[in-house]
Amino acid sequence: MSGAPQPAGLRPDPFPPNWWARVGWLLLAVYSLHAASLLDFTWGRFVDGLGHAGNFIARMLPPNFGQWEAILKGMKESIEIAVLASFFGILLSLPIGLLAARNLMPGWVSWSARGVIALARAFHPVIVAIVFVKAIGFGAIAGIMALIVASIGFIGKLFAEAIEEISLKQVEAVRATGAPFMGVIAFGVLPQVLPRFIGFSTYQFDSNIRNSTMVGLVGAGGIGAPLFVAFQRFDYDVVCAIVIAIIAVVFAAEVISTRIQKVFGG
Amino acid sequence: MPEATLQIRHLSKAYTPGQPVLRDVSLDIAPRGVTAIIGPSGTGKSTLIRCINRLVEPTSGSILFEGRDLTQLRGAELRLARTQIGMVFQEYNLVERLTVMENLLTGRLGFVSPLKAWLRRFPAEDIERAYALLDEVGLTGFAQQRADSLSGGQRQRVGIARAIMQQPRLLLADEPTSSLDPKTSVEIMALIRDLAAQRAIPVVVNMHDVELARRFADRIVGLSGGAMVFDGAPAALTDEQLLRIYGGRNWLQ
Repeated sequence: MSGAPQPAGLRPDPFPPNWWARVGWLLLAVYSLHAASLLDFTWGRFVDGLGHAGNFIARMLPPNFGQWEAILKGMKESIEIAVLASFFGILLSLPIGLLAARNLMPGWVSWSARGVIALARAFHPVIVAIVFVKAIGFGAIAGIMALIVASIGFIGKLFAEAIEEISLKQVEAVRATGAPFMGVIAFGVLPQVLPRFIGFSTYQFDSNIRNSTMVGLVGAGGIGAPLFVAFQRFDYDVVCAIVIAIIAVVFAAEVISTRIQKVFGG
Repeated sequence: MPEATLQIRHLSKAYTPGQPVLRDVSLDIAPRGVTAIIGPSGTGKSTLIRCINRLVEPTSGSILFEGRDLTQLRGAELRLARTQIGMVFQEYNLVERLTVMENLLTGRLGFVSPLKAWLRRFPAEDIERAYALLDEVGLTGFAQQRADSLSGGQRQRVGIARAIMQQPRLLLADEPTSSLDPKTSVEIMALIRDLAAQRAIPVVVNMHDVELARRFADRIVGLSGGAMVFDGAPAALTDEQLLRIYGGRNWLQ
């Protein structure tokens, strides 16, 4: 095993410099400076803008809840959009995620399912919402569809990855009992991934709540529409009231998500 | 002599073409008793066992189980055959997040519709038998514990109970004691032997502990380099035979 010891001077450097990484960092720094100069991304411009911000904030206060009925109606619609989109999104992403898992499905099945997921992830929900508004008209249904697509993209991908990390020994044992395929899924696969699936789903519910306040900006229903109108009319005190309502709902959704995760146990 | 439960004929398996792990193994397993398969690591013991219930696809040869050729079965027929063959694993292979009771009932999945299994609506007699088996393997009161909270010996008891829940007509065990301490190993082997003997189930078990094999097997089969080099009663397993199976000499002294 042991050869003659190497003289100290001939030993290779144990931490050789990585020149490619250094060049990469340098290029990134140079490009960032270049882009900043093109876009007038400078300190002076920022300080200039601060004056407007002070004016803006002054006009936001105090918040104007005078139109509370409209805010409530919009908020309720946003929540309905988020809940429906989460429900159908989670329901659909379960089978799609399962089909996309390469360790359980033949190649052509998992690649097709992966294609669906990649398509669902390709665009921001607001862009998908614009497409649905153009395709099926204004209103909540376009928002719901857009967020279903977003949910499938997110949960489907992570769920498939979770399945690909399961212990196949447990699956093998269930297969060895002569269980049919759905039995193997129910007893060998799902118990291993259920807690993570619940985690992904509640996270997506959370983000659906946030996104449902956005899709209204493009006419896909919810609180986004009154928010947009208030901005355009420079009614910043109304904007402030709506923003407070959104923060309250998002916070409540987070509390509910945490509760749901506790119920299903980690 | 009654007809063999299992007739393995000219079984070969090569994971990569041209490099067989099993070479032309022929073996009859009688309807009673414990057959231990011994041999060095990587000699195809595990492959042999897994070919029987087709967790591994044999390359050639036939395996007759109660008259049907297991190597030819597909789909529902293969699943039916698997329900009649119980298997115990080296690393227990319990579903970690399920309870002990649910792991036992996994042994009934081949007999219950997936929907009913999903809703945990198993027939009352299955649940009755599961409780009785838990008493038999010494895990009374463990039904609601999660499998990942058990010790190695307890897990293997659950693994054995799960296999027996199938009411199998053949029990396979792949190194069932290799992850256990010596005392627990003896207890586990005794449990397998006794439960199988009471139910008249023949057992095929892989082991690398020769002494344990001598103690619990009625018959020992020695594999070396993927081929059978010994087949006989434990008493016939001499040092000379062990030399043929394992090679080398120093370890015997």
